[in-house]
Amino acid sequence: MGWLLVLGAKSDIARAITHKFAEKGFNIYLAARDVEECRKDVQDLRIRYSVNAQAVEFDALNYKAHKEFYESLNEKPLGVVCAVGYMGDQKGSEKNFEEAKKVIDTNYTGCMTILNVVANDFEERGEGFIIGISSVAGDRGRKSNYIYGSAKAGFSAYLSGLRNRLFKSNVHVMTVKPGFVKTKMTEGMNLPGLLMAKPEAVAEDIFKAWEKKKEIVYTKWLWRQIMMVIKNIPERVFKRMQL
Amino acid sequence: MLISNWGNYPKINANVRYVRDLGELKEYIRAFEHLIPRGLGRCYGDSSLSDNIVSICNLNRFLSFDEKNGVLRCESGVSLKEVLDIIVLKGWFLPVTPGTKFITVGGAIASDVHGKNHHKEGSFADHLLSIELMLSNGEIDTCSKEENSELFSATCGGMGLTGIILNATFKLKRIETAYIRQRIIIARDINEIIGFFDEYKDYTYSVAWIDCLAKGKNLGRSVLMLGEHAKKDEITHEQFIMKEKRKVNIPFNLPSFVLNRVLVRVFNAYFFNKHIFASKKFFVDYDEFFYPLDSIFNWNRIYGSRGFIQYQFVLPKKSGAEGLKRMLEKVSQRGTGSFLAVLKLFGKGNNNLLSFPMEGYTLALDFPLRNGLLEFLDELDEMVLEYGGRLYLSKDARMSSKMFKGSYKKAIEFTDIKHRLDKENRLSSLQSRRLGF
Repeated sequence: MGWLLVLGAKSDIARAITHKFAEKGFNIYLAARDVEECRKDVQDLRIRYSVNAQAVEFDALNYKAHKEFYESLNEKPLGVVCAVGYMGDQKGSEKNFEEAKKVIDTNYTGCMTILNVVANDFEERGEGFIIGISSVAGDRGRKSNYIYGSAKAGFSAYLSGLRNRLFKSNVHVMTVKPGFVKTKMTEGMNLPGLLMAKPEAVAEDIFKAWEKKKEIVYTKWLWRQIMMVIKNIPERVFKRMQL
Repeated sequence: MLISNWGNYPKINANVRYVRDLGELKEYIRAFEHLIPRGLGRCYGDSSLSDNIVSICNLNRFLSFDEKNGVLRCESGVSLKEVLDIIVLKGWFLPVTPGTKFITVGGAIASDVHGKNHHKEGSFADHLLSIELMLSNGEIDTCSKEENSELFSATCGGMGLTGIILNATFKLKRIETAYIRQRIIIARDINEIIGFFDEYKDYTYSVAWIDCLAKGKNLGRSVLMLGEHAKKDEITHEQFIMKEKRKVNIPFNLPSFVLNRVLVRVFNAYFFNKHIFASKKFFVDYDEFFYPLDSIFNWNRIYGSRGFIQYQFVLPKKSGAEGLKRMLEKVSQRGTGSFLAVLKLFGKGNNNLLSFPMEGYTLALDFPLRNGLLEFLDELDEMVLEYGGRLYLSKDARMSSKMFKGSYKKAIEFTDIKHRLDKENRLSSLQSRRLGF
């Protein structure tokens, strides 16, 4: 079986996806800044699923190193999951450029530069798949997190273009838009329980959608309807809303 | 958030944190008082409830698996289900397992859980090679029966009060198949079942289900279930592959009138019959034998939103028959009977300070929470104390400090060690404060 490269492998969603794909027999590259922590996961994956796994150091913000990083992988991956993300603090981002820049760079620029490298390789090989974890926050800007939302909107648009470009090269690109997920990112936030998904459930949805070669998946599925409604509220009304 | 354990009683508001690495854990352990670790929440009462709860469920990595010698090392948040999913295919089994596989390894150690093989193979901690835990000062310590043995004997069965268990190394048991050769025997009354436990003591696994509503000459009517791991040449199935079974879910709390006397009677009647018919089936897979209730997700909701208390006690063997009779009479008189009553003969206990098992009979009864129940259980406590028995801390939600100190002979020794390790009593649960640590 081929290798799956998981970028941002320490996130809760990434971990759940990793387990799902390893269970199906994929070998796994765990790519994250904290490579030491990833090493512990390597052994776990080997024991659980009898697959091969390797921890590789990857910093989404170190754009210049992305090409070199990708070239250093012994065996080129069959698929890539990009789960790099940073929510940041909205209020902080409004006042502090550095914080806003970090949000944009992590959620957009860093993902874009590494996926450019991946896309070129996949296009040349005429095979592969890319799964990008975007967010429902990118579907419409709301005052509570529009810096993060705009970065994710950019990422969604990027993935859409990539899908368009790579279609003829037999490379499948899937955009994932999770709603509220019970992860470290949302811990301590007061969110409606009914809309919360566990990372394992999100991974399950993603895997199923990947098998069916879906283009855009919302998870939980209900979010497709919710965002449809939210996207269709006239701006005149929307600007007055508390969201 | 509002949180409760398996018995849905008590329910409290608590600050729940999920740790993902040791740095975070150290931060929490230093930042919060009244902190207790929690796994999958399968203890019944308030053992893992406190103002601040640290969930170890995300510390769930396997660290090493020696397939040749059957030695497994994993983090404390790994569940027994996850362990089984890996080891059975390689011809290994858990040395000891309770009646559910949805518990963590950390929880299994903190409760020093027992299973149907206690009389032959002891409890979970007896198979531990070593554990690593974070003490209340944030330092990490290792202990085993040989090394740091005092800490070990306080931690095994110690309800998470000595430190937060990080990982454990334990010995597995060789099996040839995933199947159990089962034998079922019906006992007409309490004397017969007690006789059977002795008669069939050579079986590795034994447990009995008692009809708590049976009275008079039927008192103690029960079904004894015996089992051995099936050998390779005994079965025709593929050795380690089991059939996927249908699972049932109880989607919400049932209203309390559902579980009335008539229904329980019908259930018990059905149950005994089912087993008479089922007695022809000799080989069952391990799920069916060890975890029959795991196939009904959220079965605790049967008892309604007020919850229930599982009352599990042990009486020393010498006083057992008479004591059991008196206890059963009292329970059957009350009538709001137990849905499940499980009887088992324990072998000798171990040296861990708060471990529950001791040589004798243990009975576990479920009582839905109703007015008057707590007073009734206090009366049962008196009888247990009188016979020199004790209650299982993992099931407890209400025992008094007096009852605890009167029945756990090594409680003082434990308190001394606990005090030395954790002067400020940072690690504490609702239970530990109720019991007076």
